[in-house]
Amino acid sequence: MNPLLEIRDVSLSYHTVSGETRALSHISFHLMPGEFLAVVGPSGCGKSTLLNLICGLLPTEKGTILMNGTPPLPGDPRIGYMLQKDHLLEWRTIYRNVILGLEIRKELTPQKLSCVEEMLKTYGLDKFRNAHPSQLSGGMRQRAALIRTLALKPELLLLDEPFSALDYQTRLNVSDDIGRILRKEQKTAILVTHDISEAISMADRVIILSARPAHVARIVPIRLSLTERTPLASRSAPEFKSYFNLIWKELNQND
Amino acid sequence: MTDLSPAQKKYLTHIRHEKYLIRISRIFLFLGFLLLWEISAREEWIDSFIFSSPSAIGQTFLHMIQDQSLFAHIGITLMETLISFAFVVLLGIGTAVLLWACPKLSKVLEPYLVVLNSLPKSALAPLLIVWLGANVRTIIVSGMSVALFGSVINLYTGFRGADPEKLKLIRTLGGTKKDELTKIVLPSSVPLILSIMKVNIGLCLVGVVIGEFIGARCGLGYLIIYGSQTFKLTWVLMSIVILCVIAMVLYAMLDLIEKYTLKK
Repeated sequence: MNPLLEIRDVSLSYHTVSGETRALSHISFHLMPGEFLAVVGPSGCGKSTLLNLICGLLPTEKGTILMNGTPPLPGDPRIGYMLQKDHLLEWRTIYRNVILGLEIRKELTPQKLSCVEEMLKTYGLDKFRNAHPSQLSGGMRQRAALIRTLALKPELLLLDEPFSALDYQTRLNVSDDIGRILRKEQKTAILVTHDISEAISMADRVIILSARPAHVARIVPIRLSLTERTPLASRSAPEFKSYFNLIWKELNQND
Repeated sequence: MTDLSPAQKKYLTHIRHEKYLIRISRIFLFLGFLLLWEISAREEWIDSFIFSSPSAIGQTFLHMIQDQSLFAHIGITLMETLISFAFVVLLGIGTAVLLWACPKLSKVLEPYLVVLNSLPKSALAPLLIVWLGANVRTIIVSGMSVALFGSVINLYTGFRGADPEKLKLIRTLGGTKKDELTKIVLPSSVPLILSIMKVNIGLCLVGVVIGEFIGARCGLGYLIIYGSQTFKLTWVLMSIVILCVIAMVLYAMLDLIEKYTLKK
């Protein structure tokens, strides 16, 4: 099977008048279809920059990024992106928020819309379709944001600390929720986070980045002995603690 | 209604009393001022030739309504104000959008906008008369000149304040600059646009009256200048009172539109 995403020797610098800052240095990894990858690293190490490169919002300076053999374009339809906050637009109803992507891409086809309908029903947002975002709980809002992303049927999903704006309890519930949905829809995803537990509980593989300029310090495959793997259940798996210690040690080594 | 505790009732009564007190004080202040003015004029504490009196103003008002000349003056001032306001809205939003879409252009134009905004627009009025002639067009341009530059600067600042993460969302969804504008920047600026326009309609009125001072045959500004030159100061004071009422009504109108739009 060919990898869905290939990242080969990617480096990037930020340029400002006062000088050049090296953000990423010789990053290489690949991602198989259906795989869930987590990227952890110290804050400010360039994790979000990496996602911006992958989705084509930033042009690659050195190295190549290939998605199914072709480099991603800005706003690539093959890639869905979930930002740190849900960014639901308060002046639109939930339904009109959810179809925002389809509206922009001019893909309001009956087929895509019925798919949205189904997701709204499956994920319990159907009765809130005419509500405004402020009337929904944090978890519901994240679900709506996820449906907005999934409505475009992306092959690859990028999650940029999508739970970091939530309080701890909501955060556990929402990450469990979103994790289940992504497994069910069999999505390939890259999760960027600074939360080690979150990375282990959701991912098949964890990539550890070093401090700036970030390089891949280590790639840790996560194998948990569980019958059904959900993010919440993963947290009580016997191997969880040793993975946590391993990643914790690796992160602190690089300080 | 649910039952309220005695303390809550007492609190609400207190609030209501305070509201009444403020309203009644306002009315009394106004009536007291009129009364004092009237008495001062009758007892000749002040010279009623130059200070006029409320009753004289009232009589002039009734007289000019009867011969229908007042409606023409009010109508033309109001029309000029509304037309210049409409142009300010269209040109203001249009220019601000253009500046937002071309950051380089806005950087080039910034110092010019600041200068034009700080310039006292009344200085332009004599020039406009010469350039455009003594007609309604000049007065409308004069009204626009007072409000336009400030609203462009304020709107542009507001447009630029749009959440960059929301703009990124649009780009991740494959949107263009146009989508950023129509899906994020404009809808999120609606409250700002409305509050800027609330101020601007008053500024347009100021500009229109300045224009009428110099180059009009009709309108409340003309009435003020004509009245002062022929020492009919009752005319002048009446026109000022009418301008106060017009300013209040225009503001209240936009306030109503704002409340209605934001409630939706």
